[in-house]
Amino acid sequence: MTSPLTTGADARTRKGPGGVALSLALLPALAVVLILFGGGFALGIVQALGYLPGAGLGEWSLAHFARVLSDPDFLHSFLLTLYIAGASTVIAAGISIPAALGLASLSKRSRVIHFIFQMPLTVPHLVIAIAVMFMLAPAGLLSRAATGAGWIASPADFPLLINDAWGIGIILTYVWKEIPFITLMLLAVLRHTGRDLLDVGRTLKADAWQRFRYITLPIIFPALGAASLIVFAYTFGAFEVPFLLGQTYPMTLPVWAYKHYSDIDLMARPEGIATGIVIALVVMAAVILAQVLTKAARKRGLIA
Amino acid sequence: MKKSSRRFFGSIVGATVGLPFLSLVLWSFAERWFYPALWPQAWGLRAWRYITSTAGFQVMTAIGHSVVVAAVTAAIAVVIAVPAGRALGQYDFKGKDLVSVLLTLPIIVPPLCVAMGLHLWFIRLGLAETYAGVIGVHLTFCLPYAIFVLWGVFANYNPDFEDQARSLGASRAVVMARVMLPMILPGISVAALFAFLLSWSQYLSTLIIGGGRVTTLPVLLFALMGSGDRPVAAAVSLVFVAPAFIALLFSARHLGNRSLAGVR
Repeated sequence: MTSPLTTGADARTRKGPGGVALSLALLPALAVVLILFGGGFALGIVQALGYLPGAGLGEWSLAHFARVLSDPDFLHSFLLTLYIAGASTVIAAGISIPAALGLASLSKRSRVIHFIFQMPLTVPHLVIAIAVMFMLAPAGLLSRAATGAGWIASPADFPLLINDAWGIGIILTYVWKEIPFITLMLLAVLRHTGRDLLDVGRTLKADAWQRFRYITLPIIFPALGAASLIVFAYTFGAFEVPFLLGQTYPMTLPVWAYKHYSDIDLMARPEGIATGIVIALVVMAAVILAQVLTKAARKRGLIA
Repeated sequence: MKKSSRRFFGSIVGATVGLPFLSLVLWSFAERWFYPALWPQAWGLRAWRYITSTAGFQVMTAIGHSVVVAAVTAAIAVVIAVPAGRALGQYDFKGKDLVSVLLTLPIIVPPLCVAMGLHLWFIRLGLAETYAGVIGVHLTFCLPYAIFVLWGVFANYNPDFEDQARSLGASRAVVMARVMLPMILPGISVAALFAFLLSWSQYLSTLIIGGGRVTTLPVLLFALMGSGDRPVAAAVSLVFVAPAFIALLFSARHLGNRSLAGVR
Protein backbone atom coordinates (compact mmCIF):
# COMPACT_ATOMS: atom_id res chain seq x y z
CA MET A 1 0.00 0.00 0.00
CA THR A 2 1.47 3.32 -0.97
CA SER A 3 0.63 6.42 0.98
CA PRO A 4 -2.52 8.07 -0.33
CA LEU A 5 -1.21 11.58 0.24
CA THR A 6 1.99 11.34 -1.73
CA THR A 7 0.62 9.89 -4.92
CA GLY A 8 2.10 11.84 -7.76
CA ALA A 9 5.07 12.96 -5.71
CA ASP A 10 8.22 12.48 -7.70
CA ALA A 11 10.33 10.65 -5.17
CA ARG A 12 14.04 11.24 -5.38
CA THR A 13 14.79 8.25 -3.23
CA ARG A 14 18.28 7.02 -2.69
CA LYS A 15 20.20 4.46 -0.64
CA GLY A 16 19.99 5.18 3.06
CA PRO A 17 22.59 6.79 5.29
CA GLY A 18 22.55 3.71 7.51
CA GLY A 19 19.86 2.04 9.54
CA VAL A 20 20.71 3.69 12.83
CA ALA A 21 20.32 7.26 11.57
CA LEU A 22 17.07 6.41 9.78
CA SER A 23 15.65 4.66 12.82
CA LEU A 24 16.50 7.66 14.98
CA ALA A 25 14.77 9.98 12.53
CA LEU A 26 11.63 7.84 12.48
CA LEU A 27 11.63 6.85 16.15
CA PRO A 28 9.69 9.79 17.64
CA ALA A 29 7.02 9.57 14.94
CA LEU A 30 6.63 5.81 15.29
CA ALA A 31 6.58 6.13 19.07
CA VAL A 32 3.64 8.55 18.92
CA VAL A 33 1.75 6.42 16.41
CA LEU A 34 2.43 3.10 18.14
CA ILE A 35 1.96 4.25 21.74
CA LEU A 36 -0.81 6.84 21.49
CA PHE A 37 -2.71 5.63 18.42
CA GLY A 38 -1.87 1.92 18.62
CA GLY A 39 -2.17 1.95 22.41
CA GLY A 40 -5.51 3.71 22.30
CA PHE A 41 -6.83 1.32 19.68
CA ALA A 42 -5.50 -1.76 21.50
CA LEU A 43 -6.90 -0.59 24.84
CA GLY A 44 -10.21 0.03 23.10
CA ILE A 45 -10.25 -3.57 21.90
CA VAL A 46 -9.26 -4.84 25.34
CA GLN A 47 -12.10 -2.90 26.97
CA ALA A 48 -14.56 -3.93 24.27
CA LEU A 49 -13.59 -7.54 24.99
CA GLY A 50 -14.84 -7.02 28.50
CA TYR A 51 -11.64 -6.43 30.38
CA LEU A 52 -12.25 -3.30 32.41
CA PRO A 53 -9.70 -3.15 35.22
CA GLY A 54 -11.05 -1.60 38.38
CA ALA A 55 -14.70 -1.94 37.46
CA GLY A 56 -14.95 -5.54 38.52
CA LEU A 57 -15.25 -6.72 34.96
CA GLY A 58 -12.37 -9.10 34.47
CA GLU A 59 -13.89 -11.63 32.08
CA TRP A 60 -12.64 -11.76 28.51
CA SER A 61 -15.54 -12.34 26.18
CA LEU A 62 -17.13 -11.34 22.94
CA ALA A 63 -20.37 -10.53 24.76
CA HIS A 64 -20.19 -6.76 24.14
CA PHE A 65 -19.57 -7.21 20.44
CA ALA A 66 -22.36 -9.78 20.33
CA ARG A 67 -24.75 -7.43 22.09
CA VAL A 68 -23.87 -4.57 19.72
CA LEU A 69 -24.16 -6.67 16.57
CA SER A 70 -27.38 -8.40 17.63
CA ASP A 71 -29.09 -5.16 18.64
CA PRO A 72 -31.93 -4.67 16.14
CA ASP A 73 -30.99 -0.98 15.89
CA PHE A 74 -27.45 -1.82 14.85
CA LEU A 75 -28.35 -2.80 11.30
CA HIS A 76 -30.43 0.36 10.86
CA SER A 77 -27.61 2.53 12.15
CA PHE A 78 -25.04 0.70 10.08
CA LEU A 79 -27.02 1.04 6.85
CA LEU A 80 -27.81 4.70 7.55
CA THR A 81 -24.13 5.45 8.18
CA LEU A 82 -23.07 3.54 5.09
CA TYR A 83 -25.67 5.39 3.00
CA ILE A 84 -24.65 8.83 4.30
CA ALA A 85 -20.91 8.19 3.88
CA GLY A 86 -21.39 6.54 0.47
CA ALA A 87 -23.72 9.21 -0.92
CA SER A 88 -21.55 12.07 0.38
CA THR A 89 -18.43 10.52 -1.12
CA VAL A 90 -19.97 9.72 -4.50
CA ILE A 91 -21.64 13.13 -4.90
CA ALA A 92 -18.56 15.05 -3.76
CA ALA A 93 -16.29 13.01 -6.07
CA GLY A 94 -18.72 13.39 -8.97
CA ILE A 95 -18.75 17.17 -8.64
CA SER A 96 -15.00 17.35 -7.99
CA ILE A 97 -14.05 15.91 -11.39
CA PRO A 98 -15.62 18.72 -13.49
CA ALA A 99 -14.61 21.25 -10.81
CA ALA A 100 -10.97 20.17 -11.05
CA LEU A 101 -11.06 20.26 -14.85
CA GLY A 102 -12.63 23.72 -14.68
CA LEU A 103 -10.05 25.02 -12.23
CA ALA A 104 -7.23 23.48 -14.27
CA SER A 105 -8.37 25.31 -17.39
CA LEU A 106 -8.53 28.63 -15.54
CA SER A 107 -5.56 30.85 -15.98
CA LYS A 108 -3.36 31.49 -12.97
CA ARG A 109 -4.77 35.01 -12.94
CA SER A 110 -8.08 33.78 -11.55
CA ARG A 111 -6.67 33.79 -8.05
CA VAL A 112 -9.94 34.97 -6.53
CA ILE A 113 -11.80 31.87 -7.72
CA HIS A 114 -8.99 29.64 -6.43
CA PHE A 115 -9.06 31.45 -3.11
CA ILE A 116 -12.82 31.22 -2.66
CA PHE A 117 -12.71 27.58 -3.73
CA GLN A 118 -10.26 26.79 -0.92
CA MET A 119 -12.29 28.47 1.80
CA PRO A 120 -14.39 25.41 2.82
CA LEU A 121 -11.16 23.46 3.49
CA THR A 122 -10.38 25.49 6.56
CA VAL A 123 -13.93 25.72 7.94
CA PRO A 124 -14.65 23.32 10.81
CA HIS A 125 -17.41 20.79 10.08
CA LEU A 126 -19.31 22.05 13.09
CA VAL A 127 -19.57 25.59 11.72
CA ILE A 128 -20.85 24.57 8.31
CA ALA A 129 -23.32 22.18 9.98
CA ILE A 130 -24.71 25.11 11.98
CA ALA A 131 -24.92 27.27 8.85
CA VAL A 132 -26.71 24.48 6.98
CA MET A 133 -29.14 24.18 9.87
CA PHE A 134 -29.88 27.94 9.66
CA MET A 135 -30.49 27.61 5.93
CA LEU A 136 -32.47 24.36 5.67
CA ALA A 137 -34.45 24.25 8.92
CA PRO A 138 -38.26 24.39 8.56
CA ALA A 139 -38.10 28.12 9.41
CA GLY A 140 -34.69 28.64 7.81
CA LEU A 141 -33.59 30.90 4.99
CA LEU A 142 -34.65 28.57 2.19
CA SER A 143 -38.11 28.08 3.68
CA ARG A 144 -38.51 31.88 4.06
CA ALA A 145 -37.49 32.36 0.45
CA ALA A 146 -40.02 29.73 -0.64
CA THR A 147 -42.74 31.48 1.36
CA GLY A 148 -41.76 34.82 -0.15
CA ALA A 149 -42.03 33.32 -3.63
CA GLY A 150 -45.49 32.04 -2.75
CA TRP A 151 -44.60 28.35 -3.09
CA ILE A 152 -45.48 27.42 0.48
CA ALA A 153 -47.73 28.98 3.12
CA SER A 154 -46.03 28.02 6.38
CA PRO A 155 -42.91 26.23 7.71
CA ALA A 156 -45.07 23.10 8.01
CA ASP A 157 -45.28 22.91 4.21
CA PHE A 158 -41.53 22.99 3.83
CA PRO A 159 -39.95 19.57 3.17
CA LEU A 160 -37.91 18.21 6.06
CA LEU A 161 -34.26 18.71 5.07
CA ILE A 162 -32.57 18.48 8.45
CA ASN A 163 -33.15 15.80 11.11
CA ASP A 164 -34.76 13.94 8.19
CA ALA A 165 -34.82 10.27 7.27
CA TRP A 166 -32.62 10.77 4.19
CA GLY A 167 -29.87 12.71 5.94
CA ILE A 168 -30.08 15.47 3.33
CA GLY A 169 -28.67 18.17 5.60
CA ILE A 170 -25.81 15.89 6.65
CA ILE A 171 -24.93 14.91 3.08
CA LEU A 172 -25.09 18.54 1.87
CA THR A 173 -22.77 19.58 4.68
CA TYR A 174 -20.25 16.88 3.79
CA VAL A 175 -20.48 17.55 0.06
CA TRP A 176 -19.88 21.29 0.60
CA LYS A 177 -16.90 20.55 2.83
CA GLU A 178 -15.28 17.71 0.85
CA ILE A 179 -15.50 18.98 -2.74
CA PRO A 180 -12.49 21.29 -2.38
CA PHE A 181 -10.54 18.53 -0.62
CA ILE A 182 -11.02 16.06 -3.49
CA THR A 183 -10.74 18.74 -6.17
CA LEU A 184 -7.40 20.06 -4.95
CA MET A 185 -5.98 16.52 -4.80
CA LEU A 186 -7.06 16.05 -8.44
CA LEU A 187 -5.78 19.48 -9.42
CA ALA A 188 -2.33 18.70 -8.01
CA VAL A 189 -2.15 15.74 -10.43
CA LEU A 190 -3.71 17.53 -13.40
CA ARG A 191 -1.26 20.41 -13.14
CA HIS A 192 1.75 18.09 -13.33
CA THR A 193 0.79 15.54 -15.94
CA GLY A 194 -1.34 15.04 -18.98
CA ARG A 195 -0.95 18.23 -20.99
CA ASP A 196 1.29 16.59 -23.61
CA LEU A 197 -0.86 13.47 -23.70
CA LEU A 198 -3.96 15.55 -24.36
CA ASP A 199 -2.14 17.23 -27.26
CA VAL A 200 -1.22 13.83 -28.63
CA GLY A 201 -4.85 12.78 -28.25
CA ARG A 202 -5.99 15.85 -30.17
CA THR A 203 -3.48 15.13 -32.94
CA LEU A 204 -4.87 11.62 -33.17
CA LYS A 205 -8.37 13.09 -33.53
CA ALA A 206 -9.71 11.82 -30.20
CA ASP A 207 -12.90 13.68 -29.32
CA ALA A 208 -13.45 15.40 -25.96
CA TRP A 209 -15.11 12.37 -24.39
CA GLN A 210 -12.37 9.98 -25.59
CA ARG A 211 -9.67 12.32 -24.32
CA PHE A 212 -11.43 12.41 -20.93
CA ARG A 213 -12.07 8.68 -20.78
CA TYR A 214 -8.69 7.42 -21.99
CA ILE A 215 -6.31 10.17 -20.89
CA THR A 216 -7.64 12.36 -18.07
CA LEU A 217 -9.56 9.74 -16.10
CA PRO A 218 -6.68 7.22 -15.87
CA ILE A 219 -4.37 10.05 -14.81
CA ILE A 220 -6.58 11.30 -12.00
CA PHE A 221 -7.89 7.89 -10.95
CA PRO A 222 -5.33 7.08 -8.21
CA ALA A 223 -5.73 10.51 -6.59
CA LEU A 224 -9.52 10.34 -6.96
CA GLY A 225 -9.60 6.92 -5.32
CA ALA A 226 -7.32 7.93 -2.45
CA ALA A 227 -9.19 11.17 -1.79
CA SER A 228 -12.57 9.42 -1.95
CA LEU A 229 -11.39 6.76 0.49
CA ILE A 230 -10.28 9.41 2.97
CA VAL A 231 -13.62 11.19 2.61
CA PHE A 232 -15.53 7.93 3.07
CA ALA A 233 -13.49 7.00 6.13
CA TYR A 234 -14.05 10.45 7.63
CA THR A 235 -17.78 10.65 6.95
CA PHE A 236 -18.32 7.10 8.19
CA GLY A 237 -16.68 7.84 11.53
CA ALA A 238 -17.56 11.48 12.20
CA PHE A 239 -19.79 12.59 15.03
CA GLU A 240 -20.55 16.32 14.94
CA VAL A 241 -22.56 16.66 11.74
CA PRO A 242 -24.97 13.71 12.20
CA PHE A 243 -25.33 14.63 15.87
CA LEU A 244 -26.53 18.14 14.96
CA LEU A 245 -28.38 17.44 11.73
CA GLY A 246 -29.44 13.81 12.07
CA GLN A 247 -32.59 12.13 13.31
CA THR A 248 -32.99 10.88 16.87
CA TYR A 249 -33.74 7.44 15.42
CA PRO A 250 -32.00 5.70 13.77
CA MET A 251 -28.71 7.35 14.72
CA THR A 252 -25.50 6.99 12.76
CA LEU A 253 -22.98 4.56 14.26
CA PRO A 254 -20.61 7.21 15.71
CA VAL A 255 -23.52 8.98 17.45
CA TRP A 256 -24.75 5.62 18.71
CA ALA A 257 -21.25 4.71 19.94
CA TYR A 258 -20.88 7.96 21.86
CA LYS A 259 -24.40 7.71 23.31
CA HIS A 260 -23.52 4.32 24.80
CA TYR A 261 -20.08 5.49 25.86
CA SER A 262 -21.41 8.52 27.75
CA ASP A 263 -24.33 6.62 29.30
CA ILE A 264 -24.66 7.05 33.06
CA ASP A 265 -24.85 3.27 33.21
CA LEU A 266 -21.15 2.37 33.15
CA MET A 267 -22.03 -1.11 31.89
CA ALA A 268 -22.99 0.48 28.55
CA ARG A 269 -19.51 1.92 28.14
CA PRO A 270 -17.81 -1.23 26.75
CA GLU A 271 -20.63 -1.43 24.21
CA GLY A 272 -19.88 2.10 23.10
CA ILE A 273 -16.22 1.20 22.70
CA ALA A 274 -17.13 -2.01 20.85
CA THR A 275 -19.22 0.07 18.43
CA GLY A 276 -16.23 2.37 17.93
CA ILE A 277 -14.06 -0.67 17.11
CA VAL A 278 -16.70 -1.91 14.65
CA ILE A 279 -16.63 1.52 12.93
CA ALA A 280 -12.84 1.33 12.67
CA LEU A 281 -12.98 -2.22 11.28
CA VAL A 282 -15.57 -1.25 8.64
CA VAL A 283 -13.42 1.68 7.53
CA MET A 284 -10.30 -0.48 7.35
CA ALA A 285 -12.21 -3.15 5.44
CA ALA A 286 -13.35 -0.50 2.95
CA VAL A 287 -9.76 0.62 2.40
CA ILE A 288 -8.52 -2.95 1.91
CA LEU A 289 -11.44 -3.75 -0.41
CA ALA A 290 -10.65 -0.69 -2.50
CA GLN A 291 -7.01 -1.80 -2.77
CA VAL A 292 -8.01 -5.30 -3.84
CA LEU A 293 -10.54 -4.04 -6.39
CA THR A 294 -8.02 -1.60 -7.82
CA LYS A 295 -5.47 -4.37 -8.20
CA ALA A 296 -7.99 -6.69 -9.86
CA ALA A 297 -9.16 -3.96 -12.23
CA ARG A 298 -5.55 -3.18 -13.11
CA LYS A 299 -4.85 -6.84 -13.83
CA ARG A 300 -7.78 -6.99 -16.25
CA GLY A 301 -6.66 -3.78 -17.91
CA LEU A 302 -9.79 -1.88 -16.93
CA ILE A 303 -7.68 0.95 -15.52
CA ALA A 304 -4.12 2.04 -16.09
CA MET B 1 -11.84 28.99 -20.44
CA LYS B 2 -13.81 31.81 -22.08
CA LYS B 3 -14.58 34.94 -20.11
CA SER B 4 -18.32 34.28 -19.94
CA SER B 5 -17.93 30.70 -18.76
CA ARG B 6 -15.29 31.83 -16.29
CA ARG B 7 -17.79 34.33 -14.86
CA PHE B 8 -20.42 31.56 -14.65
CA PHE B 9 -18.04 29.12 -12.95
CA GLY B 10 -16.83 31.83 -10.57
CA SER B 11 -20.32 32.92 -9.56
CA ILE B 12 -21.44 29.36 -8.85
CA VAL B 13 -18.35 28.79 -6.69
CA GLY B 14 -18.82 32.15 -4.95
CA ALA B 15 -22.53 31.62 -4.22
CA THR B 16 -22.09 28.05 -2.98
CA VAL B 17 -19.23 28.97 -0.69
CA GLY B 18 -20.64 32.34 0.39
CA LEU B 19 -24.25 31.50 1.20
CA PRO B 20 -23.59 29.62 4.46
CA PHE B 21 -21.42 32.47 5.74
CA LEU B 22 -24.05 35.01 4.74
CA SER B 23 -26.62 33.17 6.83
CA LEU B 24 -24.25 33.12 9.82
CA VAL B 25 -23.50 36.84 9.48
CA LEU B 26 -27.21 37.71 9.15
CA TRP B 27 -28.13 35.68 12.21
CA SER B 28 -25.32 37.14 14.30
CA PHE B 29 -26.60 40.69 13.68
CA ALA B 30 -30.31 39.86 13.82
CA GLU B 31 -32.13 41.42 16.75
CA ARG B 32 -35.58 40.41 15.62
CA TRP B 33 -36.18 38.02 12.71
CA PHE B 34 -39.59 36.39 12.63
CA TYR B 35 -40.70 33.76 10.21
CA PRO B 36 -41.61 34.73 6.78
CA ALA B 37 -39.17 37.67 6.67
CA LEU B 38 -36.21 36.93 4.44
CA TRP B 39 -34.28 39.76 6.07
CA PRO B 40 -34.01 40.52 9.82
CA GLN B 41 -36.64 43.03 10.99
CA ALA B 42 -34.26 44.65 13.43
CA TRP B 43 -30.49 44.67 13.39
CA GLY B 44 -28.30 44.93 16.43
CA LEU B 45 -25.18 43.95 18.26
CA ARG B 46 -26.85 42.00 21.06
CA ALA B 47 -25.17 38.69 20.18
CA TRP B 48 -21.76 40.26 19.72
CA ARG B 49 -22.14 42.26 22.94
CA TYR B 50 -23.19 39.08 24.74
CA ILE B 51 -20.14 37.09 23.68
CA THR B 52 -17.75 39.97 24.44
CA SER B 53 -19.21 41.07 27.80
CA THR B 54 -21.64 38.73 29.59
CA ALA B 55 -20.09 35.54 28.24
CA GLY B 56 -16.83 37.30 27.40
CA PHE B 57 -14.80 35.39 29.95
CA GLN B 58 -16.16 32.04 28.81
CA VAL B 59 -15.48 32.82 25.16
CA MET B 60 -11.97 34.15 25.84
CA THR B 61 -11.18 31.06 27.93
CA ALA B 62 -12.41 28.82 25.11
CA ILE B 63 -10.30 30.71 22.57
CA GLY B 64 -7.32 30.40 24.89
CA HIS B 65 -7.81 26.65 25.34
CA SER B 66 -8.22 26.15 21.59
CA VAL B 67 -5.15 28.22 20.71
CA VAL B 68 -2.90 26.50 23.27
CA VAL B 69 -4.00 23.00 22.28
CA ALA B 70 -3.80 23.61 18.51
CA ALA B 71 -0.51 25.56 18.63
CA VAL B 72 1.30 23.07 20.87
CA THR B 73 -0.06 20.13 18.86
CA ALA B 74 1.12 21.74 15.61
CA ALA B 75 4.55 22.58 17.05
CA ILE B 76 5.17 19.05 18.37
CA ALA B 77 3.84 17.53 15.15
CA VAL B 78 6.21 19.58 12.98
CA VAL B 79 9.27 18.95 15.15
CA ILE B 80 8.66 15.18 14.96
CA ALA B 81 7.56 15.22 11.32
CA VAL B 82 10.66 16.95 9.87
CA PRO B 83 13.14 14.12 10.52
CA ALA B 84 10.51 11.48 9.73
CA GLY B 85 9.50 13.23 6.50
CA ARG B 86 13.13 13.53 5.50
CA ALA B 87 13.82 9.84 6.12
CA LEU B 88 10.73 8.84 4.12
CA GLY B 89 11.12 11.34 1.31
CA GLN B 90 14.84 10.99 0.71
CA TYR B 91 15.64 7.36 1.26
CA ASP B 92 14.49 3.89 0.33
CA PHE B 93 14.67 1.40 3.13
CA LYS B 94 13.31 -1.92 4.28
CA GLY B 95 9.94 -1.60 5.94
CA LYS B 96 9.06 1.70 4.31
CA ASP B 97 5.71 0.29 3.18
CA LEU B 98 4.97 -0.84 6.71
CA VAL B 99 5.76 2.64 8.05
CA SER B 100 3.46 4.08 5.40
CA VAL B 101 0.61 1.80 6.47
CA LEU B 102 1.22 2.63 10.14
CA LEU B 103 1.00 6.33 9.34
CA THR B 104 -2.11 5.90 7.19
CA LEU B 105 -4.08 4.06 9.87
CA PRO B 106 -4.54 7.06 12.20
CA ILE B 107 -5.82 9.04 9.22
CA ILE B 108 -8.58 6.58 8.40
CA VAL B 109 -9.48 5.30 11.87
CA PRO B 110 -11.88 7.81 13.48
CA PRO B 111 -10.42 9.72 16.45
CA LEU B 112 -13.53 8.84 18.46
CA CYS B 113 -12.40 5.23 18.58
CA VAL B 114 -8.87 6.09 19.77
CA ALA B 115 -10.13 8.63 22.30
CA MET B 116 -12.52 6.11 23.87
CA GLY B 117 -9.70 3.59 24.15
CA LEU B 118 -7.22 6.06 25.63
CA HIS B 119 -9.64 7.58 28.12
CA LEU B 120 -9.33 5.04 30.92
CA TRP B 121 -5.55 4.84 30.54
CA PHE B 122 -5.28 8.64 30.60
CA ILE B 123 -7.40 8.78 33.77
CA ARG B 124 -4.89 6.40 35.41
CA LEU B 125 -1.95 8.51 34.24
CA GLY B 126 -3.62 11.72 35.39
CA LEU B 127 -3.74 12.96 31.79
CA ALA B 128 -7.53 13.09 31.52
CA GLU B 129 -8.95 16.60 31.68
CA THR B 130 -5.52 18.13 31.04
CA TYR B 131 -3.94 19.98 28.13
CA ALA B 132 -1.35 17.22 27.81
CA GLY B 133 -4.00 14.54 27.41
CA VAL B 134 -5.96 16.44 24.78
CA ILE B 135 -2.77 17.32 22.88
CA GLY B 136 -1.77 13.65 23.06
CA VAL B 137 -4.96 12.44 21.42
CA HIS B 138 -4.88 15.24 18.80
CA LEU B 139 -1.30 14.28 17.93
CA THR B 140 -2.41 10.79 16.89
CA PHE B 141 -4.01 12.15 13.70
CA CYS B 142 -2.28 15.56 13.31
CA LEU B 143 1.20 14.02 13.25
CA PRO B 144 0.58 11.60 10.34
CA TYR B 145 -0.83 14.45 8.24
CA ALA B 146 2.21 16.61 9.01
CA ILE B 147 4.51 13.71 8.10
CA PHE B 148 2.75 13.12 4.77
CA VAL B 149 3.13 16.81 3.89
CA LEU B 150 6.84 16.80 4.71
CA TRP B 151 7.32 13.43 2.99
CA GLY B 152 6.08 15.11 -0.19
CA VAL B 153 8.33 18.10 0.45
CA PHE B 154 11.45 15.99 0.99
CA ALA B 155 10.65 13.80 -2.03
CA ASN B 156 11.31 16.90 -4.15
CA TYR B 157 14.21 18.17 -2.07
CA ASN B 158 17.70 18.25 -3.52
CA PRO B 159 20.29 17.48 -0.83
CA ASP B 160 23.21 18.39 -3.11
CA PHE B 161 23.02 21.93 -1.73
CA GLU B 162 23.82 20.51 1.69
CA ASP B 163 26.90 18.72 0.34
CA GLN B 164 28.10 21.96 -1.21
CA ALA B 165 27.65 23.84 2.07
CA ARG B 166 29.47 21.03 3.90
CA SER B 167 32.38 21.14 1.46
CA LEU B 168 32.60 24.88 2.09
CA GLY B 169 33.14 24.11 5.76
CA ALA B 170 29.69 24.59 7.24
CA SER B 171 28.94 22.49 10.31
CA ARG B 172 25.96 20.12 10.46
CA ALA B 173 23.97 22.56 12.59
CA VAL B 174 24.70 25.44 10.23
CA VAL B 175 23.67 23.33 7.22
CA MET B 176 20.38 22.49 8.89
CA ALA B 177 19.62 26.05 9.93
CA ARG B 178 20.89 27.94 6.87
CA VAL B 179 20.37 25.46 4.01
CA MET B 180 17.68 22.90 4.79
CA LEU B 181 15.36 25.04 6.89
CA PRO B 182 14.97 27.93 4.43
CA MET B 183 14.38 25.46 1.60
CA ILE B 184 11.63 23.54 3.35
CA LEU B 185 10.08 26.48 5.19
CA PRO B 186 6.97 26.65 2.95
CA GLY B 187 6.43 22.93 3.53
CA ILE B 188 6.85 23.38 7.28
CA SER B 189 4.27 26.18 7.22
CA VAL B 190 1.76 24.01 5.39
CA ALA B 191 2.35 21.07 7.75
CA ALA B 192 1.93 23.33 10.78
CA LEU B 193 -1.20 24.86 9.27
CA PHE B 194 -2.74 21.42 8.63
CA ALA B 195 -2.01 20.24 12.13
CA PHE B 196 -3.28 23.49 13.66
CA LEU B 197 -6.57 23.44 11.72
CA LEU B 198 -7.16 19.72 12.35
CA SER B 199 -6.72 20.20 16.07
CA TRP B 200 -8.68 23.48 16.02
CA SER B 201 -11.82 21.88 14.59
CA GLN B 202 -11.71 18.70 16.67
CA TYR B 203 -14.71 18.19 18.94
CA LEU B 204 -15.44 14.68 20.19
CA SER B 205 -11.94 13.54 21.10
CA THR B 206 -11.43 16.81 23.00
CA LEU B 207 -14.69 16.26 24.86
CA ILE B 208 -13.88 12.64 25.76
CA ILE B 209 -10.31 13.26 26.97
CA GLY B 210 -10.71 16.87 28.11
CA GLY B 211 -13.96 16.26 29.95
CA GLY B 212 -15.54 19.45 31.17
CA ARG B 213 -12.15 21.01 31.84
CA VAL B 214 -10.49 21.70 28.49
CA THR B 215 -13.42 23.63 27.02
CA THR B 216 -12.17 24.52 23.57
CA LEU B 217 -14.28 26.63 21.18
CA PRO B 218 -16.12 23.68 19.57
CA VAL B 219 -17.03 22.35 23.02
CA LEU B 220 -18.43 25.78 23.95
CA LEU B 221 -20.21 26.07 20.61
CA PHE B 222 -21.96 22.73 21.10
CA ALA B 223 -23.13 23.84 24.53
CA LEU B 224 -24.46 27.08 23.01
CA MET B 225 -26.31 25.17 20.28
CA GLY B 226 -28.09 23.32 23.07
CA SER B 227 -29.25 26.61 24.58
CA GLY B 228 -30.95 27.50 21.30
CA ASP B 229 -29.81 31.14 21.08
CA ARG B 230 -29.22 31.34 17.32
CA PRO B 231 -27.63 34.79 17.06
CA VAL B 232 -25.10 33.91 19.78
CA ALA B 233 -24.32 30.53 18.18
CA ALA B 234 -23.85 32.32 14.84
CA ALA B 235 -21.49 34.89 16.36
CA VAL B 236 -19.37 32.21 18.08
CA SER B 237 -19.32 30.23 14.82
CA LEU B 238 -17.85 33.26 13.07
CA VAL B 239 -15.22 33.61 15.81
CA PHE B 240 -14.49 29.91 15.32
CA VAL B 241 -13.79 30.26 11.57
CA ALA B 242 -11.76 33.47 11.89
CA PRO B 243 -8.32 31.84 12.36
CA ALA B 244 -9.06 29.54 9.47
CA PHE B 245 -9.53 32.52 7.18
CA ILE B 246 -6.43 34.22 8.50
CA ALA B 247 -4.51 31.00 7.81
CA LEU B 248 -5.96 30.85 4.31
CA LEU B 249 -5.05 34.46 3.58
CA PHE B 250 -1.55 33.80 4.86
CA SER B 251 -1.17 30.69 2.70
CA ALA B 252 -2.53 32.44 -0.40
CA ARG B 253 -0.10 35.31 0.13
CA HIS B 254 3.02 33.35 0.95
CA LEU B 255 2.63 29.85 -0.33
CA GLY B 256 0.89 30.13 -3.70
CA ASN B 257 -2.28 28.58 -5.00
CA ARG B 258 -2.19 24.86 -4.48
CA SER B 259 -0.60 24.94 -1.07
CA LEU B 260 -3.66 23.60 0.73
CA ALA B 261 -4.11 20.41 -1.29
CA GLY B 262 -4.67 17.64 1.22
CA VAL B 263 -5.88 19.73 4.16
CA ARG B 264 -8.93 18.46 6.01
